Amino acid sequence: MAPARGVSVLAAAGLCKSFGGVPAVRGVSFAVAGGEMLALIGPNGAGKSTCFNMLSGQLRPDAGRVRLDARDITGLAPRRIWRLGVGRTFQITATFASMTVRENVQMALLSHHGDVFRFWCAARHRHVAAADALLAPLGLGPHADIAAGVLAYGDLKRLELAMALANAPRLLLMDEPTAGMAPAERTALMRLTRTLAAERGIAVLFTEHDMDIVFSVADRILVLHQGELIAEGDGSAIRADPRVREVYLGTGATSGGH
Amino acid sequence: MTFLLLQLLTGIAGASALFLVSAGLTVIFGVTRVVNFSHGSLYMLGAYVAWSTLTHLPATPLGFAIGVLATALVLAALGAGLEMALLRRIYRAPELLQLLATFGVVLIVQDATQAIWGAEDLSLPRPAWMRAFVAIGSERFPAYDLLLIAAGPAVLGALWLLLHRTRFGTLVRAATQDREMVAALGVDQRVLFTAVFALGAGLAGLGGVLALPDGSANLQLDLSVITDAFVIVVVGGLGSLTGAYLASLLIGVMQSLGILFVPKLTLVMVFAVMAVVLVVRPQGLLGRAAATVREAAAPPLVRPAPRALRWLAAAALAALIVAPLLVGPFTVSVLTEAMIAVLFACSLHFMMGPGGMPSFGHAAWFGLGAYGAALAATALAWPLPFALLLAPLVAGIIAASFGWFVVRLSGVYLAMLTLAFAQIVWAVAEQWSGITGGDDGILGVWPQGVLARPHIFYWLTLAVGTAGALLLRRALYAPFGYALRGARDSTLRAESIGLPTARLRLVAFAIAGAAAGLAGGLSAYSKGSVFPTYVSIGHSVDALLMVLLGGVQTMSGPIVGAFAYTGLYDTLLLATAQWRLVLGAAIVALVLVFPQGIAGATLPAWRRRAA
Amino acid sequence: MSLTRRSLLAASAATLAAPAIARAAAAPIRIGEINSYTAVPAFTLPYRNGWQLAVEQVNAAGGVLGRPIEVISRDDAGKPADAIRLAGELLNEQKVDLLAGGFLSNIGLALSDFAQRNHKLYIAGEPLTDALVWEKGNAMCFRLRPSTYMQAAMLVPEAAKLPAKRWVTVAPNYEYGKSAVKWFQQLLKAARPDVEFVAEQWPALGKIDAGATVAALEEAKPDAIYNVTFGGDLTKFVRQGNTRGLFEKRGVVSLLTGEPEYLDPLGAETPEGWIVTGYPVNTDTSPDDATFKAAYKAKFNEMPKMGSVVGFALIHAIVAGIAQAGNTDTNTMADKGFPGASFATPFGRATWRAIDHQSTLGTFVGRTALKDGRGVMVDWHYVDGANALPPDAEVRKMRPA
Repeated sequence: MAPARGVSVLAAAGLCKSFGGVPAVRGVSFAVAGGEMLALIGPNGAGKSTCFNMLSGQLRPDAGRVRLDARDITGLAPRRIWRLGVGRTFQITATFASMTVRENVQMALLSHHGDVFRFWCAARHRHVAAADALLAPLGLGPHADIAAGVLAYGDLKRLELAMALANAPRLLLMDEPTAGMAPAERTALMRLTRTLAAERGIAVLFTEHDMDIVFSVADRILVLHQGELIAEGDGSAIRADPRVREVYLGTGATSGGH
Repeated sequence: MTFLLLQLLTGIAGASALFLVSAGLTVIFGVTRVVNFSHGSLYMLGAYVAWSTLTHLPATPLGFAIGVLATALVLAALGAGLEMALLRRIYRAPELLQLLATFGVVLIVQDATQAIWGAEDLSLPRPAWMRAFVAIGSERFPAYDLLLIAAGPAVLGALWLLLHRTRFGTLVRAATQDREMVAALGVDQRVLFTAVFALGAGLAGLGGVLALPDGSANLQLDLSVITDAFVIVVVGGLGSLTGAYLASLLIGVMQSLGILFVPKLTLVMVFAVMAVVLVVRPQGLLGRAAATVREAAAPPLVRPAPRALRWLAAAALAALIVAPLLVGPFTVSVLTEAMIAVLFACSLHFMMGPGGMPSFGHAAWFGLGAYGAALAATALAWPLPFALLLAPLVAGIIAASFGWFVVRLSGVYLAMLTLAFAQIVWAVAEQWSGITGGDDGILGVWPQGVLARPHIFYWLTLAVGTAGALLLRRALYAPFGYALRGARDSTLRAESIGLPTARLRLVAFAIAGAAAGLAGGLSAYSKGSVFPTYVSIGHSVDALLMVLLGGVQTMSGPIVGAFAYTGLYDTLLLATAQWRLVLGAAIVALVLVFPQGIAGATLPAWRRRAA
Repeated sequence: MSLTRRSLLAASAATLAAPAIARAAAAPIRIGEINSYTAVPAFTLPYRNGWQLAVEQVNAAGGVLGRPIEVISRDDAGKPADAIRLAGELLNEQKVDLLAGGFLSNIGLALSDFAQRNHKLYIAGEPLTDALVWEKGNAMCFRLRPSTYMQAAMLVPEAAKLPAKRWVTVAPNYEYGKSAVKWFQQLLKAARPDVEFVAEQWPALGKIDAGATVAALEEAKPDAIYNVTFGGDLTKFVRQGNTRGLFEKRGVVSLLTGEPEYLDPLGAETPEGWIVTGYPVNTDTSPDDATFKAAYKAKFNEMPKMGSVVGFALIHAIVAGIAQAGNTDTNTMADKGFPGASFATPFGRATWRAIDHQSTLGTFVGRTALKDGRGVMVDWHYVDGANALPPDAEVRKMRPA
């Protein structure tokens, strides 16, 4: 499978972060192009979530730069980064429990269209069609009027994806997008993500514990170990990489579990 | 120098007294997350029980020790009873509902105590050993204060041993961190909670009995103690005993030294310290990030009002419009007040429900609006429309500037910072006599001309109140309200879809303040006067009660709650001398029957039937 | 103590029913009464006993203008806003002929303002604030008790006799405390230009930090102390003061402390020799007082307190005003009825002043002493209120035209 060689959307250069003197991420650099599915893998504690949080603005890197298109977004607040076209899903889903599924997406659309400080118009009548258009491909259409608070976990994951897509992002950051889902659902969700990314030219960076999914959907794979990038390449290159084999097989299969 | 040392010791003795009051509260809160408003009542009962016990025991140190122990045990039993009979049933109710229930208990205890012990202050005759002093330099220091100085650390130490060297303690500490986990370990939470409540109530009783020799058992103890206790618990960090002791020391010493230099600031000293601590260290001195309470139910789905409810509301509004033609002037005045209460409750609900920012000091904005309008009407001789317009402006602008500190906090910390601010506003109203008239208030704020006729003023209030409530409601169903609710449901998600959560909360806070200020302005004209009681803690509690009684998670809750509470209160005040007992019992009953609030309980049932 | 208001009303209704029926059932004169029954029960419960006793006596003697009197009583819960609402209820629903009552100063002022607005008389019993009849006085409002100014003025002659030059003051930090200190300082300095006030303490009402306050006062090494604290604060203050020796070899002048409400809780710790205003409840101060005490004790099986006297005198003061007016028309009562009307009280006769609607009811000034482990007032003398008021010219200046 040929990696999508579009223009680089996101570029991280020399990212470093320590917590209380303990380095979590050390000099990580990579780029991801439009339409490309880039997987970030590594054992627990390798620094994946820290990396993610530096890209989406939850954490400020100690050193290094993050560029979105040509723009330096290092240390910007999450909501500024979102405005520049970065959607995000979380390892533990975060949605609005007191709203319906459709309203969750409408909320993202309202924010995208700068409608947040409007006090008069009824929110639930706005962007209905656009919200449904985002929900339909993810199979959430039938659930549109259900409270997000009572949704099944797999559906919540999909809802997060729908919300992340609401601002027509250039880049999607997905932290463990399939954790907690049934195996069949996982593959379906990632295939769908891949299709959407390809159609819309979205760059996707995701972390994932399920190696089957990684190898089947990722165009390229980054392997993180103890905060450092130890390998980068397509599926076959990664499988063949001796350091990756050592990290994954040598340190025992437990770290690959979930 | 001796003198400063003496004052320091006095401060430390005072700190012990404060710590004894607050230790029980912080233990109870840490484990059960219950904001136990009746803690002061338990303390008061402790003083009375101690008086009854100690006057029958020999006035020797041994007799005193027995009395202390007996009182603590009696109160522990009462606390266990309170937990089993009431609180156990409502742990899963929305946050702060327990506060409403325990407030009912406060009212019941007030009447019951007066019925049992009478209205007169009861002071314990002090034997010679209690009146003794030690000489420090040329000064005298009470020996009993030395006992108190030792009692604080002793109780702290005993609690530390209990919490760190016993299985019970291990469970309590685990539950303070994560009570789901304790449940998962197979521990019977109910027994644990009952035991914790007994411990907390026993400590409250201990505080009451140890303070008795320095004062008297009287009916004002409950409310005078409870705010101090809350302040200590919050400044120390919720659930932290050592923090509570440090906070007690800080405040006790600040107070004893402070009155040397600024004796007039005694009114605000405590609250000023709390405000500074919360601004600098939002989690309190030794507080950690609040433990997650996963079992709290997710906020329910918010829907537009069902058609039938709209018709009902329209019918009620129509009835309210024609009411003055059918009822007497007194009922009109009651309805005027009810409409003011509706606006007041809606304003608190706005920030507390969808905004997720509970306030213990909402009367601050009501009071600022009332004083703003009253001063405009009297000192500046502004006509009513302008004075009434000034009310929300003053309250809103001050709320916006103060809100910057508030919106960074959450939960009980946020609520307590609002309380601190309300107390500072109250103190200004009391102290700045030249402008506010101090305790004597501002008089003669009556509407003029055609508005002087009560039913015309009622219609004005009805129009302004309804418009205000509907505007707030409209905003909650508008994108702003959704975004605000989103920021409450999940700050993480809200920020990651571009919502400026801090700004949303700040704007909500300012709007709530302005709406409360408008209610205050109306109230000033309706009563013709403004007094510091408008800014009092009791008035803030009124607003909380209305919102919680109606149901904090429903849009119509505050309206239902305001009518229910003012109706109940006004009726009972006229109907019986024991209105506190009956009102307290009614509140407790309502909490048990409608843990989601009246509207919160009836609306879903309504929808189910309609569906 | 645990009687409900209803049963009390029923009882008083029963007692007045008999003579009323005998007298061709004249419609009663209705007095709307409001007080802080739940908020300040230590004062208001004896006060209620006092007015009930007076109503009973007045009606047994045939009422006034040939009509019995009836008191409709309300609890204001200590809140001015509630007092206003209840005043409206009494006026509009109960159709009372006049309003009376009040304990807290701000409630008194709120009711006075309401009365002026609605053109109804308001006869304040207890509220002490000077503003009620002076700065914020109005035609509709009369006040029975000696005001803060009067109480302070009654103490000043005694205080001036003390050799003390260095004075300190301690008062609760609100309007009452502030004006009590202001008047005392002003009047004492006028009487004794050589005194100086070297320190002041302002504990928050109900929250005194007694140890620190006592130590701070001691540090000023005063010759004498002027105290305005009362209730629970006073008990704490006295206990710390006793232990720390603050009161030893010092003159102490203390407002209201001789009232049984505040003296009784001090018990065996009552400091001796304080110069106080109050009510010597343990000795009969006059034949009228003896009669009152006997009747009170017979009815309620306890000794009266200051509140009892206020409640009792309030009814007689109202009855005197109505009798002199000859009817219950508000204007007649305000212009002709009350001004100048004189009435009997357990303390002696008093008069409603025309100039400011203050009554000349006085109070006792004496010294505290210990007797059988209880605080009592000794060496007392009665100070007529008329002698504790500023000259008329000054009163006119203070009162709005």
